[in-house]
Amino acid sequence: MKIIIKYVLLDLLRNKTILVYTFILAVLSVSLLSMDDNTSKGLLSLLNITLLFVPIISILFSTIYFFNSVEFIELLLAQPIRRKTMLLAEYAGIAFALSIAYLLGVGVPIFVMSYSTAAVTLIISGLFLTLIFTGLALLIFVLFKDKTKGIGAAIITSLFFAILFDGLLLSFIYSFSDYPIDKPLLGLISLNPIDLARILVLLQLDVAVMMGYSGALFKKFMGSATGSIYSVVCMLLWVAVPLMISMKVFKKKDL
Amino acid sequence: MKSIPAIILLSSFLLLAIADSFATITKVNPGPNSIHNAIKAAKDGDTLLLLKGFYREHDIVIQKRLIILGSDFPVIDAESKYQAFIIMRDSVTLQGLQIQNIGKASITDMAGIRIVNATHVIIRNNRLINNTYGIYFQHAGQCDILNNTIHSNAKGEINGGNGIHAWKSDHLTIKGNSISGHRDGIYFEFVTDSRITGNISYSNARYGLHFMFSHNDTYTQNTFKDNGAGVAVMYSKGVIMHENEFLLNWGDASYGLLLKEITDSKIEHNRFIKNTIGIHMEGTTRVDVQHNLFQNNGWALRVQASCSGSNFLENNFTGNSFDVSTNGTMMLNTFNNNYWDKYDGYDLDKNNIGDVPYYPVSVYSVITEKIPSAMVLYHSFLTDIIDQVEKVMPTMIPDKLKDNYPLMKKLNL
Repeated sequence: MKIIIKYVLLDLLRNKTILVYTFILAVLSVSLLSMDDNTSKGLLSLLNITLLFVPIISILFSTIYFFNSVEFIELLLAQPIRRKTMLLAEYAGIAFALSIAYLLGVGVPIFVMSYSTAAVTLIISGLFLTLIFTGLALLIFVLFKDKTKGIGAAIITSLFFAILFDGLLLSFIYSFSDYPIDKPLLGLISLNPIDLARILVLLQLDVAVMMGYSGALFKKFMGSATGSIYSVVCMLLWVAVPLMISMKVFKKKDL
Repeated sequence: MKSIPAIILLSSFLLLAIADSFATITKVNPGPNSIHNAIKAAKDGDTLLLLKGFYREHDIVIQKRLIILGSDFPVIDAESKYQAFIIMRDSVTLQGLQIQNIGKASITDMAGIRIVNATHVIIRNNRLINNTYGIYFQHAGQCDILNNTIHSNAKGEINGGNGIHAWKSDHLTIKGNSISGHRDGIYFEFVTDSRITGNISYSNARYGLHFMFSHNDTYTQNTFKDNGAGVAVMYSKGVIMHENEFLLNWGDASYGLLLKEITDSKIEHNRFIKNTIGIHMEGTTRVDVQHNLFQNNGWALRVQASCSGSNFLENNFTGNSFDVSTNGTMMLNTFNNNYWDKYDGYDLDKNNIGDVPYYPVSVYSVITEKIPSAMVLYHSFLTDIIDQVEKVMPTMIPDKLKDNYPLMKKLNL
């Protein structure tokens, strides 16, 4: 498994995309953090970038990479290696590379220029988002045989979580506004890792008071030990469940 | 020579008068009931000089025209049970005292200095520390409260008292005081024609300044910072607010300035920085909001549909999450010549006035005003998109609320 991860990493290094991704993230973080003397505002802009770019880039890049290495995978599977190990190694390699890119691009500038609890939350959420959307890419890879269809599915998935889900949530809030929906909302938010990450970070920043009653409720819950465990467990489930499903599907997949 | 006896008579009268007006200065040393005894012995117009020390005395009623000076801040301690000074006579001066540990009671509002039915009282350079109420006016007039430090540590809104509390008074001058840790920093109820100038009111449990039914008052150059709920001005007319600073009133239910049922007032040259809501207006009529700075607030202005005839002229709006929000489509107020940092129009004729009107209410703020729980989508990508779509095709935002002459450059305020 270690050898496969090593070769995936070497291959990714030769492929310049990850380097460009790191570089762009770093430039954005440094410029956003130094542009405003108000660090809370810089963090807010970085949050927006993390929420928009990290999921889309992670899922698109991973999907394309998986489909491009189909031949490599087939070749490896001709060797005495378990399918599960092989798939996990592929995932680990790319997730590791993307996480390092995020850490270098966003994590290092934040730690140097504005270290705070909110900053740590932002980095952890960003890392989780990377892991989650790489996992979803893997699921897409095992479910689709055709590369074009796979990329289409990746785009739709990322758009769904970035925009469509919020639209559905808004219409839910609209139609049930006469009822006490704050607690159901808390549950619904956990169905979208991007929303979960956004609220986790926002609650650490002082703009949280603007979220009014629901914000106060969220803060009360997320601020408690149970709440933190709950949100971390949610994120972990978001990483684990797609991985497990893809393993199961891949086991029986006709290559 | 007939007039000599008359001259002697007259001069002796004059001498008598002078002798009478030679008020004595009595030094008072700390001791049991020393202030009480000194006041008993004094005449109208006398000066009592309290020497440095610790006076464990309370309920000191002043019914003579006295000047009470403290040398090096003598401490008058009410042992957390009683009140300290009760002034019931005109033209009394208290200066340079430290009054501390006033009691708490449910029946009376216990105060460090209570002024009852008196005029021309001067309270100057005192320290009022750890009191329920600091200075309490009831039926007073023409009094000056200058350069006092009033500090307490009120726990919550119910148990605490106010720093300066005035009820049914007029022509008060409150200047240069520093007030913190009370329920309301300054509380006015039925107080007219008064001036509040150059005070700093911070970290109070509820309001930095609280006005009720107080007409024709002016407050200028005050700083209201970090108060539980900011500043509230209610049910008053003719209030003039000039050059004040409203800072950091940040919390779930905080306002920089809360206006309710205010008529014919002026809000000019103030700075609203980092408040949850800069100004919240409800049921106001003819309020002029001019030359103010709104910076980094959650909502800069919240103008309810019940407000009318107000003008918002030449203000700067920068870095606010929402510029204006309202709860209806009706808008009877005008916005003109303001600078909005979110304005993205153009100025072809280079006259520094944007050629297309600016709509300061974003559709997301309309949604959250209707359904507060929609605020969970704050900073989500979707809300940016619907704001952009609405900008192209306005359907939901109140189209009457617009600035027809938005400025391209920030005003120098």
